[in-house]
Amino acid sequence: MNLWERITTIDRRIIYLLLTIVVITPLIIKPKILVRVSQPVRDAFNAVDQLPAYSVVMISIDFDPSSAPEVQPMLLAILRHAFKKDLKVILTGQLALGLPIGEIALNQVAPEYSKVYGKDYVNIGYRPGYSALMVGIGREIRDFFKTDYRGTPLDSFEFMRSVHNYQDIALLVSLAHGAVADAWIQFAGARFKQKIIVGCTGVNAPGMFQYYSAHQIEGIIGGLQGASEYEALVQKPGSATLGMPAQSTAHGLLILLLIIGNIGFLISRKRGKR
Amino acid sequence: MIGDIIGTWIAATLTIAIFSFLYRDNPLYRAAEHIYVGISAGFAVIYAWAFDVYPMLVDTFKTNLSARNYLEAYILIVPALLGVIMLLRSIPKLVWISRIPLSFTIGIGAGLGLIASVQGYLLPQISDTLRPLINLNNAIIYIGVITTLTYFYFSKEHKGALGALSRIGIVFIMVAFGASFGYTVMARVSLLIGRFYFLFHDWLPLIR
Repeated sequence: MNLWERITTIDRRIIYLLLTIVVITPLIIKPKILVRVSQPVRDAFNAVDQLPAYSVVMISIDFDPSSAPEVQPMLLAILRHAFKKDLKVILTGQLALGLPIGEIALNQVAPEYSKVYGKDYVNIGYRPGYSALMVGIGREIRDFFKTDYRGTPLDSFEFMRSVHNYQDIALLVSLAHGAVADAWIQFAGARFKQKIIVGCTGVNAPGMFQYYSAHQIEGIIGGLQGASEYEALVQKPGSATLGMPAQSTAHGLLILLLIIGNIGFLISRKRGKR
Repeated sequence: MIGDIIGTWIAATLTIAIFSFLYRDNPLYRAAEHIYVGISAGFAVIYAWAFDVYPMLVDTFKTNLSARNYLEAYILIVPALLGVIMLLRSIPKLVWISRIPLSFTIGIGAGLGLIASVQGYLLPQISDTLRPLINLNNAIIYIGVITTLTYFYFSKEHKGALGALSRIGIVFIMVAFGASFGYTVMARVSLLIGRFYFLFHDWLPLIR
């Protein structure tokens, strides 16, 4: 067995080990890389940035812990941006397992800007059956959420008294890892002309560009790359910015393995024909 | 504080247990997998009760009853009954009854979905596709849409001009798959980074 044949039959555990090394090393030595902000992320940032102070932003946690490494940095960056701009935040979620992640983010970011629960932000919780809910909010949010997630009536919060339906929500932010973002666009966006930005995992990002292209959404924050771009725009680097060098080295390794593997395959096939 | 430390150690142990599958399948990995499935199911049940059944059924029933809104209170028995019937799927002889609430769910889902698909997806996307042919990008969109649709036209054999168009369509489909796969790789690597970040930032303070 020659070198090329050995490469094509390499033990997958060696590849795992190499991948581990190229991911861990940049995380520890923290090389600085330049973050170039793409237009979809800049548009998402501008959609938040251009809102007048005290406007209401609804953030929907449509992801769960399996996607948190990608989407959670977006949530933290958007919350920082919203609180810096004195926007009022309503947190909700369409996945039961996702809402505690949103609560963790609120508890982390709100004290940084001295924001108070009930006065500057509320967490209205989760209701199953998101299609009906999205249509129903177009009429009256209280049909689904009479109280916040702690059981406090919505009308006991001053800024919530004037929030009834999409007309009172200046921007909707869907942070999603599945089809929920599509549902927000198709129900809230198309039917009620709700302005929407989407933060999603890399897997979902290609499917979101068609909505962005058709001006159905204001902007997209796609994957860890998008999160790092948003962190750069709010000038508060976080775990996404720290993870991008590791992302680059991992991609470099995968491309290298792909090339070597294919060369090995072609050479082995050529020799086999002889 | 002590709770956070214990939580972090449990999470780190379970992360390493899951990673151990990369070497080979083992009891530690299977234990972590079962714990994850069990906790997720338990969590979902608690959430269904706390955010759905209790506030929208039990609490609303009691509130309406005390306010003497008898019709609005007793009408809630209908969805409650449908919910109970749905659980009959676990009894083979009574499975047929569970189709009644399922038909409601499917009917509502299909009705909402149909309008949303046309109003929120099909029409805006067609409208965006019909762009003026004033630059190369717009021309590529036209070529991509027409050739891809041709590829999925099966009423005539793909020969001659139709065959040529469908082969071009395959190129566009492959480019879309490639872009999607590239993003998927990025997403999976991001998850790996996220776990290592947790291990070296939250658990072992190697990253500060």
